[in-house]
Amino acid sequence: MSTMTIIQLFVFMLAGFVGVQTINRIPPLLHTPLMAATNAISGISLVASLVLAGSGDGVLATVLGTTAVACAMANIVGGFLITDRMLSMFKRTKTAVTDNSKDDASSAATP
Amino acid sequence: MTEILIQLAYLFAAFLFITALRALGRPDSARRGMQLAAFGMAVAIIATLFRAGVVSYEWIVVGAAVGAVAGYPLGMWVPMTAMPQRIALSHAFGALAATLVGIGEYIIGFSGGTLVRSTVAALGLEVLFGGVTVTGSLMAFGKLQGILPGRPLTFRGQNAINALLFAACCGCVVWLIAFPTQVAVFSAMATLAVLLGVLFVLPIGGADMPVVVSLLNSYAGLAAVATGFAIDNNILIIVGALDGLSGLILSIAMSKAMNRSFANVLFGAFGAPITEAPAATAAGGEMSATTVEDAALRLAYAERVIMVPGYGLAVSQAQHQMRELGDLIEKRGGDVRYAIHPVAGRMPGHMNVLLAEAGVPYDKLIDMDEINERFVETDVAIVVGANDVVNPAAHTNPASPIFGMPILKVEDAKSVLVLKRGKGKGFSGVENDLFVDPKTSMLFGDARQSLLDLGLQVKEA
Repeated sequence: MSTMTIIQLFVFMLAGFVGVQTINRIPPLLHTPLMAATNAISGISLVASLVLAGSGDGVLATVLGTTAVACAMANIVGGFLITDRMLSMFKRTKTAVTDNSKDDASSAATP
Repeated sequence: MTEILIQLAYLFAAFLFITALRALGRPDSARRGMQLAAFGMAVAIIATLFRAGVVSYEWIVVGAAVGAVAGYPLGMWVPMTAMPQRIALSHAFGALAATLVGIGEYIIGFSGGTLVRSTVAALGLEVLFGGVTVTGSLMAFGKLQGILPGRPLTFRGQNAINALLFAACCGCVVWLIAFPTQVAVFSAMATLAVLLGVLFVLPIGGADMPVVVSLLNSYAGLAAVATGFAIDNNILIIVGALDGLSGLILSIAMSKAMNRSFANVLFGAFGAPITEAPAATAAGGEMSATTVEDAALRLAYAERVIMVPGYGLAVSQAQHQMRELGDLIEKRGGDVRYAIHPVAGRMPGHMNVLLAEAGVPYDKLIDMDEINERFVETDVAIVVGANDVVNPAAHTNPASPIFGMPILKVEDAKSVLVLKRGKGKGFSGVENDLFVDPKTSMLFGDARQSLLDLGLQVKEA
């Protein structure tokens, strides 16, 4: 096992901890946008697909790479668009914002 | 020098991605966060095009154009009700990309004679996770879209065969680590993984798909991690880890909300009416039906109302009618909240999206734990198309199959109005004590029409 692999394992572990901390803070309200968002972001595998498609390493590699580029690109474009579309639907109550927060505070104080 | 700049660009992109996930913690910052993530993605892609290994661009352009054309409708045209199958489909895309890259890198490594053990181990896991996710997600998509039957398809010895297949896949990976150049073993593993994906999702019922879709999200992430290890790319490792954990956390949360162990969802072939309940005898008494006029009168003079939407609401596409009724009650001075059970929709958080689309402000959408304290002081709770998630037997009857499941405590409300198509049982076949409670009145009929009628009457009251 090379030093490179060891460093990568560290990166993996630390990213995992960051992930748990971050994702546990996301309220159930936004769990569907979260799934769409992780889908969009996981389109980063395009990076690997680009390297394969552009490697010029024979027909088979190019075909596989090009297909992979198309799949990953579809996830990036579709994923970011649909996440944005969903998040744009989540709006606060327009007029009664202060009323609501007061109401929430009082009901929380008297359980 | 270029290589260092490229790596710094990846570092920046990873920073933006994590920032975006943090921004998703609050609805008012979420949208801006995701726009930053999209920018980060652009940075990472452009940086990659400058890599030394990328020598020809024409096929990249072709692939990217095809992907963008396919992605646009997947982003803009898919209705919110179809979100679960849309997500399942994109897991298949993401996993297919990872699988193809894995196969391609193996071929290049094989013909160049540069295959080393650690790379082959990563490539093997990449193709294994990727292959399972591709076909598994396609099966989930088929079930959710109604192309395949939603009921579990089972046969004898299914779990044993799946376990055997999985063991064979793992065996292939180990074999490849020992003998990296065995192309036949690599092909066999890819085939078995693809087969395993099909057989793994087939026996899982349509109602359990939230768990499966979340879990496949996790597998797609793990495939990305393996890709990162195979081609020495940290950003893939980071994003894959985030993706994988997000999927895992969500699938565990979903299992918990359905009162099932993770293993039971995956291997239990639920959804077949195997739990035909001994609890059926527990509910005594008659349901008392009410009329639209009586119900509307109560709503019109109620001070605190909680709407309880279930999957039946989404099926009858009545979200807008529910929101309109809520608006009318609020106009008369009542306070209206919406109680969201974690598995009210077909995927985590689905019901929130459907109601947000109908125009309900998100501060009115309250999660189960928070809203449960409010039922006591609620005048009328309106249950629409929900059954098991409001069944008090989950707290009171140890013999019930749903005993222990977290529920919305609708029974605490001063009065309950249940909109229901007919007198039938819920999805799990369990009788619901709530429906025969003396303070509950039933309004039978199509949910959409009932909500519409209630709205008209409330307006006139």
